[in-house]
Amino acid sequence: MTAGSAPADGPVVVDARGLRCPLPVIALARRARDLPPGAVVVVLATDPAARHDVPAWARMRGHGVARIEEGPAGVWHLTVRLAAAPA
Amino acid sequence: MPADASQRTYLDAGGRAPLHPTARAALEAATAEGWADPRRLHTEGRRARLLLDGARESIAAGLGARTEEIAFAPSLTLALHHAVLGVAAGRRRIGGTIVASGVERAAILQAARFAADSHPGGRVETVGVDALGRVDTPAMTAALAAPGVALAALQHANGEVGTLQPVAEVHDAARVAGVPLLVDAGASVGHIDAGAAWDVLAADPPDWGGPDGVAVLAVRSRVRWARAWPEDESEGGWFPGGVSVPAALAAAASLAAVRRERSAGRDPRWAQVDRIRARVAADVPDVQVVGDPVARLPHVLTFSCLYVDGEAIVGGLDRRGFAVGSGSACTSSTLEPSHVLAAMGVLTHGNVRVVLPPGTDDGAIDRFCSVLPAVVAEIRGALGVADL
Repeated sequence: MTAGSAPADGPVVVDARGLRCPLPVIALARRARDLPPGAVVVVLATDPAARHDVPAWARMRGHGVARIEEGPAGVWHLTVRLAAAPA
Repeated sequence: MPADASQRTYLDAGGRAPLHPTARAALEAATAEGWADPRRLHTEGRRARLLLDGARESIAAGLGARTEEIAFAPSLTLALHHAVLGVAAGRRRIGGTIVASGVERAAILQAARFAADSHPGGRVETVGVDALGRVDTPAMTAALAAPGVALAALQHANGEVGTLQPVAEVHDAARVAGVPLLVDAGASVGHIDAGAAWDVLAADPPDWGGPDGVAVLAVRSRVRWARAWPEDESEGGWFPGGVSVPAALAAAASLAAVRRERSAGRDPRWAQVDRIRARVAADVPDVQVVGDPVARLPHVLTFSCLYVDGEAIVGGLDRRGFAVGSGSACTSSTLEPSHVLAAMGVLTHGNVRVVLPPGTDDGAIDRFCSVLPAVVAEIRGALGVADL
């Protein structure tokens, strides 16, 4: 597998570790803009505000929040499923 | 730059409003008359004691309490700490559980953890809120009906988002369960009536334009409590060392003054908050205006701007002459955002909290609403997020 690639149906990862609010949400929104409807994005974040703001952003934009988990070393794994394409 | 940048508009009055003219006059008069130690037995001491007794009587009337139920504290934080610790100590044998809404002031949540840590079966049960910040009443009712509950705490209104809490229903449930209810009315007394649904009530004079350095704790005589600090007879044993007599008198005089002003007609701040709410929602893209739009305090409004840094928006408004508050993490000394916004599940970044002091004029509201969209747009432009 070449560097930076992902399995064909695997989630897209936005690495926002070390970024302070509101930068993790901005990084997620930038990435989401170029993804197809229904794509799954995992945000990695160390900022405690991101744990609240990523789900809040998803609700504002009509996306779904699939999972919120705290991993080792204080890294949050925030999984968002982008909304399906508007009919 | 606007020509009036030196003209300041203070919209961050929560917990510290500009001193009310009546408070200023009472402070001066009471400093001249009531400077002596009220515990001394001579004429000067007696004079100070009479002033303190008068202040206590006046505050009691303002809160719908009996004079002997009122204790003056040196700060709201200490009033809340001692309320939690004192009632928890008095009901130690009943149990060590403290039930509190998740949006209580940090002073209550911290004191609850402290009290629970010193009890063998101690624990804090926090109850969640809905998206408007209102506590889950059935969950709170169930939690305080469980065995072993020493006390429950539910604020009268949330000072960060303005939402009123269902204190009447929760107080009914607490009474049935035989659990005393501590009501933090620090954000509401002086603005709306405190009501009677409480067993222990705390009020915060600087929040209504009274002086700094004094707070009020009202404790119904039926509530069992015990000292969890060294013995001292001041303020019924609640607050060792007592408080400043001039500050207590100025607190009482200013509460009477704001209550008189309120009875003269509808507080214009109700309509001013409605106006800000409508204009922010209409004129700022991607904004979340939070808190209950109807069942709320008259003078508090909070909103969060997507992709905006809270520190930048407070700074941008400050440079244009407006002082506002914020619950965003980057405006706090810790990295943690407001636990109130987090519990509500709303955006915590880009947060602006507007708390109108009494006497705010409509012109200030219009100026604020005109300036805000440009401040937000400027910050978004600098971050390159305008099209996200």
